[in-house]
Amino acid sequence: MLDDNNKIIENIKNSLNLNTDEISLYNKIQEVKDILLENGITTLNLKNNIISSIILRSEEISSKVSNSSDSNKNIKDIKIDKILTSKKFGIPIMLCFLGLIFWLTITGANYPSKLLSNFFSNIEIQLLKLFDFINSPSWLTGLFIDGAFKTLGWIVSVMLPPMAIFFPLFTMLEDLGYLPRIAFNLDKYFKKSGCSGKQSLTMCMGFGCNAAGVTGARIIDSSREKLLSILTNSFVPCNGKFPFLICISSILIGSFFTNKFTSILSAFLVLCLIVFGIFMTLIISKILSKTVLKGVPSSFILELPPYRKPQMSKIIVRSIFDRTLFVLGRAILVAVPAGIVIWLFSNVSINDISILSYIANFLNPFAKLIGLDGYILTAFILGIPANEIVLPILLMGYMNAGTLVGLEDYSTIGTILFQNGWTVITFINVMIFSLLHFPCATTILTIKKETNSWKWALLSFALPTICRYFSLSNYEFYIFFMSLLLKL
Amino acid sequence: MGFTKLSIDSIFSKNSFVQKNEYDFTIALAGNPNVGKSTVFNALTGMHQHTGNWPGKTVSNATGFCKYKDKDFLLVDIPGTYSLMSNSEEEEIARDYICFGNPTLTVVVVDATCLERNLNLVYQIFEITKNVIVCVNLLDEAEKKGIKINLNKLSNELGVPVVGTIASKPKTLRKLLDTIYNVCTGSIIPEPRTVVYSSVIEKCLNTLKKNLNYSRLFVKMDLFKIVR
Amino acid sequence: MKILTLDKLPLNITAKIYSLNCDEILRRRLLDLGLIDGTKITPIFNSPFRNPIAYKIRSSTIALRKEDVKDITCIIGD
Repeated sequence: MLDDNNKIIENIKNSLNLNTDEISLYNKIQEVKDILLENGITTLNLKNNIISSIILRSEEISSKVSNSSDSNKNIKDIKIDKILTSKKFGIPIMLCFLGLIFWLTITGANYPSKLLSNFFSNIEIQLLKLFDFINSPSWLTGLFIDGAFKTLGWIVSVMLPPMAIFFPLFTMLEDLGYLPRIAFNLDKYFKKSGCSGKQSLTMCMGFGCNAAGVTGARIIDSSREKLLSILTNSFVPCNGKFPFLICISSILIGSFFTNKFTSILSAFLVLCLIVFGIFMTLIISKILSKTVLKGVPSSFILELPPYRKPQMSKIIVRSIFDRTLFVLGRAILVAVPAGIVIWLFSNVSINDISILSYIANFLNPFAKLIGLDGYILTAFILGIPANEIVLPILLMGYMNAGTLVGLEDYSTIGTILFQNGWTVITFINVMIFSLLHFPCATTILTIKKETNSWKWALLSFALPTICRYFSLSNYEFYIFFMSLLLKL
Repeated sequence: MGFTKLSIDSIFSKNSFVQKNEYDFTIALAGNPNVGKSTVFNALTGMHQHTGNWPGKTVSNATGFCKYKDKDFLLVDIPGTYSLMSNSEEEEIARDYICFGNPTLTVVVVDATCLERNLNLVYQIFEITKNVIVCVNLLDEAEKKGIKINLNKLSNELGVPVVGTIASKPKTLRKLLDTIYNVCTGSIIPEPRTVVYSSVIEKCLNTLKKNLNYSRLFVKMDLFKIVR
Repeated sequence: MKILTLDKLPLNITAKIYSLNCDEILRRRLLDLGLIDGTKITPIFNSPFRNPIAYKIRSSTIALRKEDVKDITCIIGD
């Protein structure tokens, strides 16, 4: 309190150029305080007194200027809410909404992905001709076309379609006013984990970008609960990890079934992963609030706004221009240099072994511990600047010569992965790892900025990785996990 | 889902007090959460800050620019708050901006469907600054619910200009711009009628006011912060 | 006339706030929402786990946890 107060006085002095020193200011206030106390007004009374006066005045005026047709005006909203938050349907409807969004994204993204991929391979052919024409040395052609351009093409054709579909759909839910209802539905679980129900709102923001989710944690009043929400935000797959998850799960499901249920099953798999992420969030929050961040849940007040009809045209235009293209731009900025670096790594050899293989071999033992291989881990580490580039790097690593194949469809990628010794277990491990791995650089910096300490930023970096390690190397963890689930 | 260029810019921008030398006037946009404040902001500035239907969508000050007639306006979208006295981070940002950011004028956006609660904030802002315009937004939704508001009467009661808007219909915002222009150029002078407190409190406020010459809300805030 | 704590108030019954005995931070937040002695409040629906509960306060819908409102008392009837 006193700190805050000093700050205000400082600000007042600065903005008004008061010459009064703090002591005389305090004296004056002390004087007033005495007068108030003489009249039987304590701090608490005073606050109530002032606010009540304001509220009563507001009430008076509002009744003067508007007709108070109090009854029945929100009946429709309440009816909708009674269904969306009912005991029977509340949670299932929520999962259905999410599942539906994933399904639409997966089915919708396939076709434009192919189209874009064809488009890029056409350009590539033209570029090759151009490089041929100017007699460029083969290393230059390799660097620019196989390194930079192919990675770029990959990013655009794999990432753009899912984002362009997922963002508008999710924004629609948001504009409708559904997100606070999610927080309302799930609050009990979050309370049991010692955190605020508003954490579900920051998690929803995390779907867009973990950095935005971290900043969004400002809506949580208690600093302890805010920290919990910041630290666990990266358990929600952001748009960088999300297309990766979709791609991997489509490949996995696609390798078993190739009928019309493939996309439904893939959507279901993604949904399961998201739910797993939510459980991890709850468990980690619980563990943290029993250890590092001890405390009892503070009060919870959340306004449930009236439902509003989303303006579709606006949503589509805005989410494509503001989000999709911007996110894509960021991904490309990282992808082009990364593509070049990776190409160099995989084409420059020492003793006939490429640098990439050296790194991968070095990381291999660590990776094996968590059921991955060296290349996968390398890709994730190189993906720290932006999670979007993990998959292209991974594929380039596997095709040691350093050329990416064109993207016919997901099964092409699948073939490459299976050729490199991926099993169903690897797929599952990779998916869990991508869900539970260190946040990207932007997020870490944002956490540092929001918490004003490197300690928390580093913890947020280490946390998912530690969880990941324990969740596979230790079967006791599974038992622990299940028992916690049952407890919840 | 707040991932837009703007939100990232604001993550990395160091402070929320914006350079305002290049503009003729600075307009602060305040209001309760979820009253369509950002929609008004976007409509006025032609910017595209993302708006979402949930309280707490805007967590830091966003700025935009707008030209009307011959003047340049800098608009600052302040996080939505229910009050200026509580101690959450966003409310602090909002309070600090209105108190110390020295905006020429503060537009308080209120929700026509729950005027009572929204006026609460209007009165608190009256305690800090005289230059206030009240913008009654979401008139279309109020109409759907059968609520009618007499804007002229409200303006008389409050002593400041009151403009009714439907933020999704940009035409209704013209009147708001007009009023902003008129207040900034001095052709309309708002005279907010502040709440009268109990006689003891009023007496104390006056004592402090005389001695320190700073606005009443500070006195109020100090009263229940320092007294502690 | 009957005085009871807010968490015991049945759905769709309107009551008036009698006293706010909750902790300081919560009280402050409730005041911000316009909840003072005498304000009308109606519980309108439950969440799937019966906690929190959504209340109608001054024509807006506010979700509050049961354990937060058990220190608030209200009056039914005149």
